[in-house]
Amino acid sequence: MYYIDPHIHMISRVTDDYHRMAYAGCVAITEPAFWAGFDRGSVDGFRDYFRHLTEVEPKRAAQFNIRHYSWLCINAKEAENVELSRGVIQMIPEFLNKPNVLGIGEIGLNKNTKNEATVFQEHVDLAMKYHELILIHTPHLEDKYKGTRMIIDMLKQDRRLKPERVLIDHVEEHTVRHALDNGFWCAMTLYPTTKCTPQRAVDIIEMVGTDCIMANSAGDWGKSDPLAVPEMIQEMKRRGHADSVIRKVVYDNPLAFFRQCARWQEWPAETEVEKAKRKPAKAHA
Amino acid sequence: MTPLAAPKALDSFFLEARCKILDLAAILDRINRGQGAGAVDNDPRLDKIRKALEVLHDQSGGRAERIQQIFSLDYDPGWDKPKPRY
Repeated sequence: MYYIDPHIHMISRVTDDYHRMAYAGCVAITEPAFWAGFDRGSVDGFRDYFRHLTEVEPKRAAQFNIRHYSWLCINAKEAENVELSRGVIQMIPEFLNKPNVLGIGEIGLNKNTKNEATVFQEHVDLAMKYHELILIHTPHLEDKYKGTRMIIDMLKQDRRLKPERVLIDHVEEHTVRHALDNGFWCAMTLYPTTKCTPQRAVDIIEMVGTDCIMANSAGDWGKSDPLAVPEMIQEMKRRGHADSVIRKVVYDNPLAFFRQCARWQEWPAETEVEKAKRKPAKAHA
Repeated sequence: MTPLAAPKALDSFFLEARCKILDLAAILDRINRGQGAGAVDNDPRLDKIRKALEVLHDQSGGRAERIQQIFSLDYDPGWDKPKPRY
């Protein structure tokens, strides 16, 4: 089954991962800007990072017929440096006309501080000014519930914002309904120890349905699995869910959200051969 | 979406549940075995684990969500929000 991984940090992964993801059916990924494992010291450091995201990774992915898209921002972990954050936010428009940039992300909160909230709001202001989609990181572990509620508070007070153009990521059992009930898209992250397992993600889908929800690996420089989405596909199959239901979560939903980007270029139509593969064979008389 | 029928779910996930309960038991034993076990007895993290274990006994459902709440910080709806710049 074809799938999209809507959140993975390929800058931290080896080329062999692209190879294995392609074998597993991955046709596209989106890569949000994130924390590099250390706090960067300058706007130029981010400019180089954004060049990597918009120029290098699309070429690396293309070797395996995987389409690569990116999101730009300064991550919440670096938002305590408000001056640097403002410099990066001011520089981001240099990259917003790149064809593979989908919007602003992954912005959000980390420890739910005042500076993080300020920088989050300024990213939202940027997205509204340029009519960009938004991808949101919600905090980890004990900070997640509080941070998700704070993020939704900020989004709901902004009358410019259309919730259907915002994707709230890393939702779990206690936050998923807050995202969906307020009209946002959401994503579950299949990541060892600190986030969701594929099994729990399928439980969540069974509880909230398949509308406006997707799943990603968030594979990065930590112990993580770039094939986590295919793991979830297998779990859904194990429980007897129809291929059409699985496909909605891992392919149709991400595409529906991304298609709202003004720069989106429609993919070539599937060939008749690919379509035929998905149809059940007719029984012989 | 239709979840698995209960007997089928039990068949499919019994061994996983057994494995994870044993893992948890072994972690708690490991903490007990270590030097200074008495010093962590009042650690708030252990208290959260104990509260979470109580939720497992409750048959009313929504256990995963309730356990998530035990491990979550409180949210204050009156927090000082930054204002959008229109």
